[in-house]
Parts: sequence; structure tokens; C-alpha cells
Amino acid sequence: MKPPPFGYHDPVTLGEALDLLARLDNAKLLAGGQSLMPMLNFRLAAPDHIIDLNRVGGLGGIAFERDHLTIGAMTRQREIEFDAGIAKRLPLLAEALLNIGHRQTRNRGTLGGSLCHLDPAAELPCVAATCDAVLTIAGGNGRRDIAFADFPLTYMTPAIGEDEILVQVKFPLWPAEHGAAFVEFARRHGDFAVVAAAALLLVDSEMRIVRASLTLAGLGSAPLRMGAVERLLVGERASPDLFHAAGEMCRAIEANGDIHAPAAYRQQLAAVLSRRALELAHRRARPFTAPPGEAAA
Amino acid sequence: MSDSDPTAARMIEVVVNGRSYRRAVPVRLSLADFLRHELGLTGTHVGCEHGVCGACTILFDGRSVRSCLMLAVQAHGHDLTTIEGLAPAPDRLHPIQQAMRDEHGLQCGFCTPGMLMTLVELLAMNPDPSDEEIRLAISGNLCRCTGYDGIIRAARLAAARLRADASS
Repeated sequence: MKPPPFGYHDPVTLGEALDLLARLDNAKLLAGGQSLMPMLNFRLAAPDHIIDLNRVGGLGGIAFERDHLTIGAMTRQREIEFDAGIAKRLPLLAEALLNIGHRQTRNRGTLGGSLCHLDPAAELPCVAATCDAVLTIAGGNGRRDIAFADFPLTYMTPAIGEDEILVQVKFPLWPAEHGAAFVEFARRHGDFAVVAAAALLLVDSEMRIVRASLTLAGLGSAPLRMGAVERLLVGERASPDLFHAAGEMCRAIEANGDIHAPAAYRQQLAAVLSRRALELAHRRARPFTAPPGEAAA
Repeated sequence: MSDSDPTAARMIEVVVNGRSYRRAVPVRLSLADFLRHELGLTGTHVGCEHGVCGACTILFDGRSVRSCLMLAVQAHGHDLTTIEGLAPAPDRLHPIQQAMRDEHGLQCGFCTPGMLMTLVELLAMNPDPSDEEIRLAISGNLCRCTGYDGIIRAARLAAARLRADASS
């Protein structure tokens, strides 16, 4: 239960970190350490080098623009949890945060670390999928942006090169009237979810759904955006029958079974939690009127 | 950073409970093991060593962290508080320690240091927490003896005493 031997590097600039990453073989980036350190202690990870990002400047911070929010990859989950702007303008992220681990782990854990670790049941990748987040990745040849939808390649494998570092995440903001809900079922509070559902809804003055986003986590190898459900919802008036039908569509998706829960149990959770997330998001939504000449999306 | 042997021991300087220490540490040494084995501060307990039990909780720059999930080298230049730093004097307990004693908040005592460091942070952030808020705060600290009720009562009592102290 002690980490295996490794070389330790603590660069103070992004350039130094990228240089080390390009130069060293079998190197692993250390962000908040709330997943990597247990993996080292269990000897599930055995990198030759650890490049610690905790002393690198400029990778933290929360900044609002008119239509999006940018969060630095090394921003602690705690900072996100207590940010008044996020609670107001991206309530889905604020609500999801409360399901992540415990006070002690959120004090260290980072947004970027969670997204790159990419546990299929983790909350932050689920939110990133729901919000159509855009990730900025730095490498030796500059920066590139990638949509979160293209980020998970397979189980716990992000589309990020061995010599690249995630530096910031952009969350497009929905109109202030939108409703958001994050619901999950876990055996114990703070555990990874067995299944989690995240929903965003925008409704007009006649309670007709004009825009919808729904993601389920914990079923497959990565968070799953439910595009078919979103298409079912848009244009419809919200009703118990509609949300029930949405839930039943979610029950039909393929799920993995493991020691924590069999596939059928996860599908049952997918049906119930997606319905609850949509109902709750709907209750929280206020009537939205598109400004003249602008579509809701 | 340096290009010398990256696996070699490093010199670190940390402040623990108000006292400065300078020590050479192996780079893979956990912060919990550093506190216990290098500084002799064995009040920080090591339970699961993978961030589940919360026994090793300390304050790192005033925030609770699991010291088994950090490296000693990461503490260089930082300010730590461990259970040994709570009591104001050798013959006086911190209000949360006194409340744990008064309300039978411990039996074997293994989880107690981590519980207290977590509760100190909670009470600093929230001087009048509800039972639910206390339960949520210590949800990352496992106790196998008490059933938690004594700990909840102790947290409530400590909060009341701290509020009374603050207003007097």
C-alpha cells in the first residue's frame, strides 16, 4: 500500500511540464491525486515518472464570458462548489459537485483530473457531456480544442496524446431561465454513482420544451448523451407521460453489469433517474422567450 | 525542478502546527508517513491508505485533505495542522476534543483524529451546522465503533460552545 518508486518532477510553468512530458518515457501527470494516488498505492499504476502539476501557474481559475464559462483544468472541485457565479449560471455543475466524493477529496480533486481520469460513473464527465463542453489541450505544437463528445475513446481512455496536457474547459451557458438537475444513485454518499442522470431543459411560455440535453453515466464505458430522447422532447409540452416515455427509452439502452449492479438494475435506474432528472429540471425551469431574431439554441 | 536524479530524496520545508521543519524525504513518501515516521506526529492515523477511511485527515493550508493521498514533497512550502496542533496547551483540550470526551464520541479512537480535523474545518466554515450537515461533513470518515451518534452530538456541543466563546 505504498507507491512504487518513481521519478518526481514539479515544474512551475506549462512549458516546463510539456517539455518534461515530451522528454520522459512512461510519465504520468499528477493533478489532485484523488484517483492517481490510490492507483499508485494499489500498484495499479506504475509510472517511471510523476509530473506534478500542482505548482504550475495559470492552470486554475473560473472566468465568465457572455455566453460561456471557462474553468482552468487545475481548478479544485472545492472552488467550483463554492463559486456563486456557477451556482447561479451553471447550476447543473454545482449540483453535480455535491455528489463527488467528500469534503477532503473535493479540497484536492480537480476538474481536469476527473475529466482525464474519465471514470464512466464520474459526475464531472457526465456534466461536460450534457453541457457540450469544449476542452483546450496544450501540446508541443500549441493548443487545440476538442468537443467533449469526441473526448472519450473508450473505457477510461481520453483522446489526449501522451505529450499533451488539458489546460481548460469551456462550458457554453444556457439562457438563465433553463432548468437543470443532476440526480444519481450510489450505495453510499460520495461513492461513484451506480447510475447518474444530468438534464438541462429550456421551456417556452406555454411550457413547450424548446431545448433539451440529457446524459446518463454509469451504464457503459463513457457518459452517454441521449440524443434520441432529446429529439423526442423538443417541441412537446412537458407532461408526466412524456417524461415517462423518455425514461422508458433510457431503459432500453445497453448497460454493463458488474459486481456493483447487474445490467438490468442499471437499466431500471436509467429509466427512473432520467425521468426524475427531467421532471426536476422542468420544475426548475422558468418560461423562456427568445430575444427577437435569436433561436433558443 | 532540476535535472539531477528525479528519484533521489528531496529537501522540503514545512510548517506543522506552527513549527518549521526541514527534512530530506524520499519523493514517494506519503505525507501521512512523513508526519508519523519523520516528525513523530503519530496522532495522524493511517487506515486504508487509499483515501476511503479518512483517518489520516489533516489540514493543508487550512483545508482538510487525506494525507495518505499526498506526497511529502507536495507539502514543501505549505502550512499543516495535525491533531497534535489542536489543543491550546498540554493540559487543556480544544473545544471539539472536550466535546468528544463529554459526549462519548469515541471508543477505540482510531478514527478520532481524522474526525476532529474534518469537524474543525466544518465548524470554521459553518458555526451552527444542522445534524444533516454534520453527517455530510463526516461522510468521508469511517467509524466502526460509535454508530456516529456520539460524534454528531459532540460536534453540536462543540459548535454551541464555540459560538458562546465567540459571543462572550
